[in-house]
Amino acid sequence: MATLGSAQLPAQGSVASSVSTGPVMVLAPRHSALVRVTHWITTLCFFALLVTGIEIVISHPRFYWGETGTVLTTPLFQLPIPSSRKLVPTGYGYVLPDQNGWRRALHFEAAWIAVLTGLLYIISGLLTRHFRKDLVPSKADLSWRALLTSFAKPLRFERPSAAEASSYNGLQRLTYLFVIFVLFPLVIWSGLAMSLAFASALPWSVTLLGGRQSARTIHFFVSLALVLFLFVHVAMVCLAGFWSRTGAMITGRTGTRKEHT
Amino acid sequence: MIDLSRRKLIVSGLAAAAGASGLAVAAHLAQKYGLVPPDHGGIYGLGETLTYASQRVLTRHSLAREFPRNKISPRPFPNELAPLTEDFKRLQAGGFADWRLSIDGMVHQPALFSIADLKSYPPRSHITELACEEGWSYIAEWIGVPLSHVLHLVGVHPQARYVVYVSMEPDTWDSIDMADALHPQTFLCYGMNGSDLPVAHGGPLRMRLPRQVGYKNIKFITRLTVTDSLKGFGNGCGAVACEYGYAWYAGI
Repeated sequence: MATLGSAQLPAQGSVASSVSTGPVMVLAPRHSALVRVTHWITTLCFFALLVTGIEIVISHPRFYWGETGTVLTTPLFQLPIPSSRKLVPTGYGYVLPDQNGWRRALHFEAAWIAVLTGLLYIISGLLTRHFRKDLVPSKADLSWRALLTSFAKPLRFERPSAAEASSYNGLQRLTYLFVIFVLFPLVIWSGLAMSLAFASALPWSVTLLGGRQSARTIHFFVSLALVLFLFVHVAMVCLAGFWSRTGAMITGRTGTRKEHT
Repeated sequence: MIDLSRRKLIVSGLAAAAGASGLAVAAHLAQKYGLVPPDHGGIYGLGETLTYASQRVLTRHSLAREFPRNKISPRPFPNELAPLTEDFKRLQAGGFADWRLSIDGMVHQPALFSIADLKSYPPRSHITELACEEGWSYIAEWIGVPLSHVLHLVGVHPQARYVVYVSMEPDTWDSIDMADALHPQTFLCYGMNGSDLPVAHGGPLRMRLPRQVGYKNIKFITRLTVTDSLKGFGNGCGAVACEYGYAWYAGI
């Protein structure tokens, strides 16, 4: 971040910087094609992972800390939902149908596609300076005042200003960076740590997380955090104008012609 | 701007073509080096193949995590058991003295082993975790004879690729590739935590492979068949579990 100091442009200038050759009328793409494609592939995978993840949890809605845990040991907590397994004590008088087979297959397939898409996004993001240009916040973005304003505005249902339509504020930048570089890696790591074969090759991947059951519990909470992010993300999109922002993520255009001089 | 996107389009097109031919080459290599699982067909085939291939490359010789004795779970959870058959109960009444494990298929010398035969070979044990695909897990000491030991006794043909194992439970069988069959931690398991393997845990004989989830660790093993193809078994995807939608390879 510090190395960017001298080259740092004002937030809304960053989009225009690549087309700053005299006065021209341009339709500056809000999002590059690669960002758009990877965004929607990730969206599809996320829903597949979420639905299948819920189904897998239903087969054992108990969570533990440490290495081991079964219905014969005390859980850290148990979700108050019915289960698809007879031997799980849930308090419900019925057992849900077992759908784990294909759900597991879809979970892992979607995970593969999401991870490969994520890798493509990360590599291209580094090569095209997408992270530096669009996501790393400037010093000004990071002042408490700026961050508080960014936080308070949507809570008052204030629509973002026109200037904000072409870039992100500091809070959004920090959130995206956190999701991309903390939550996603953590959910992948904790997921892989639950693979017995993966753990045999890289045992520290489990021990660092505190054991197999800890990895599972972490996987659950990071998934919850991602769902929380999804809700806030969609709420913000709705606040800013659902169709224009969703359109921008599909076509790359914000819907409003912007003049760069 | 328009020129730029056309250039981008061409570049993306070339990248896609390169990707497609790369995939074709990868598929060929994967087939050649045995990195394609028998259940590679269907809409989940891509995921199954990626998982199997990458884990085979990464874990061919890796050992499942082993634990100190004080980590053994005090109450190992035996999962639900189908009602025992009359045949099983008869053998159980005889203390499993008449239990036989048969080995056939691509071996030099098909053979029958009693539990006593298996116990006469140098016993091995490991303290490893049994993890169910549902999410729960426990640690136990597993005692048995490495499957590789028995396979060497009967002599496996060089073209063998899989070992099919069949349970006494009706309609219960599974299979593993030779990497798992010859893995030092893959046991024909007859003991647990210092005593005989309880019936609830699959006694007198269970397949135990700690690098795959619980459902691959089939209980009540009576027959092994060494083969180079799984086509003649069930619907060809390598396990009964696959017919219910479960993956053949369950290292994850």
